[in-house]
Amino acid sequence: MDPSTLQMIYLVVLMVFLGIELIGHVPSVLHTPLMSGANAIHGVVIIGSIIVMGQAETTLALILGFIAVILGTLNVVGGFVVTNRMLEMFKKRS
Amino acid sequence: MSDVLAIIYLLASVSFIVGLKMLGSPATARRGNLYAAAGMVAAIFGTIALYRTADGSPLQNLPLIITALVVGTTIGWTMAVRVQMTSMPEMVSFFNGMGGACAALISVIEYTHMTNAQAQGTADGHATASMGYLFAVVGGLVIGSVSFSGSIIAFGKLKEKIKDFRFKGQHFVNMFMMLVIVAASTMLIMGYWSGSEALLILAAIALIYGVMFVLPIGGADMPVVISLLNSFTGVAAAFGGFLYGNMVMLIGGILVGSAGTLLTIVMCKAMNRSLMNVLLGSFGATATPVGGSATFAGSVRPINVGDAAVLLAYAKQVVIVPGYGLAVAQAQHVVHQLEHELESRGVEVKYAIHPVAGRMPGHMNVLLAEADVPYEQLVEMEEINPEFERTDVVLVIGANDVVNPAAKTDPTSPIYGMPILDVENARQVIVLKRSMKSGYAGIENELFYRPNTSMLFGDAKASLTTLLAEVKAQ
Repeated sequence: MDPSTLQMIYLVVLMVFLGIELIGHVPSVLHTPLMSGANAIHGVVIIGSIIVMGQAETTLALILGFIAVILGTLNVVGGFVVTNRMLEMFKKRS
Repeated sequence: MSDVLAIIYLLASVSFIVGLKMLGSPATARRGNLYAAAGMVAAIFGTIALYRTADGSPLQNLPLIITALVVGTTIGWTMAVRVQMTSMPEMVSFFNGMGGACAALISVIEYTHMTNAQAQGTADGHATASMGYLFAVVGGLVIGSVSFSGSIIAFGKLKEKIKDFRFKGQHFVNMFMMLVIVAASTMLIMGYWSGSEALLILAAIALIYGVMFVLPIGGADMPVVISLLNSFTGVAAAFGGFLYGNMVMLIGGILVGSAGTLLTIVMCKAMNRSLMNVLLGSFGATATPVGGSATFAGSVRPINVGDAAVLLAYAKQVVIVPGYGLAVAQAQHVVHQLEHELESRGVEVKYAIHPVAGRMPGHMNVLLAEADVPYEQLVEMEEINPEFERTDVVLVIGANDVVNPAAKTDPTSPIYGMPILDVENARQVIVLKRSMKSGYAGIENELFYRPNTSMLFGDAKASLTTLLAEVKAQ
């Protein structure tokens, strides 16, 4: 196995534990915003769509890439804005 | 990859971790979300400006990429700002589906690119079809597709546009499809099966599987499903990270994958059920609703608004149990006014929040927070349950399954074992309901037939508005 693959496997295992640790003791009040926030974070998939579109050589690849970037942006922008709207309501009170 | 970009990715990864951590506490949640968003913006623009392909050239098609970003931002922002607070769960499901589709599309483009390069005999970059490469492509495709179609079905179900759909032997069909997907994926990864058609066939099966996977699961379990699909999309994004050796995608994806899975399990625990039990759709797994009304002796007793107002106005302690009906009727502001009016008359008012009331955990909290109900008045199930004995009046607003005593008494009930709010211990229970239709789990509620329960039929908002006027008149 080449070193970079091994590195990535290390990272995956450590991140699994970190993810569990981060969510461990969250009050149920925050479950919905938390799910929504996590939803926005996996929008990081947009990076992949930008890379693939930036290397597109055929028209088909360009069109599909274009759609992929739009969908990824929807995930990122929609995700963060919706989460922010939910959390705004918690702020008002304090 | 330039060192600067590597540092940007590192900072973005840290922002995700810190952001997720801060989202776990009410005081810091909002800032946490903004941190993660800032990290994401940096990662996106860093990629556009600094990313270098394997042969060292910068990304092409930049004007089109920017155009796509602008289009996506405009649409996403508009949708997110316009959506009603009550429709948040389906919005999250929708955005989740978009992420899944994005991951699947990346795989399709990458694979096509690779097969083209192979056909032309050029040794282009990562066009050497290594097993690791194919693993990442196929993984992103399958999981992204399932997440996409599953999320769209969940979205439709929450919008109540798609009904539960079950047929005999469905679990076997689903299991068979899963096996087919695993077998086909393995063949593609091992190189026994190849070509763009092969990949598209696999994508089609995965899309159908996503539909079949979510269709039979009862609407009440949609929160769990959305949370699970959310972690799926995280994993799909991580496959993209594998594909490009991109650390920020890998870290962001796996974090969400693992945190999302844990969140899913926590949600299942709140209903005292296992994830397996939820996924196999035990709610109404039989074609007919369990426990027909004929099994309950007695009849329901309607109450008029005037009597209900008297009961409330002269009570010492009132507990309000909000449910999905409150969300549907947009009655959160009226209920807050009613609570305010009662308090000004010296009545102690609390809200009892069941962990899975509504369509998402915390759904009721978000909704009531919107109406400025103070945080301290929202009491969680474990704390409020012993208090019902001392409560004069419980006002159940559009909640059903979470107050169904069958969960404690009837071992044949599909919700048996789910912790519920013990509202039946209160002196008087008033249930606001549109009709005698059963709850989302499709089961009858014995509570409505109890002697200390009265029903106030009608739209929650309309009922509460007249109730408020009557209380003021007292």
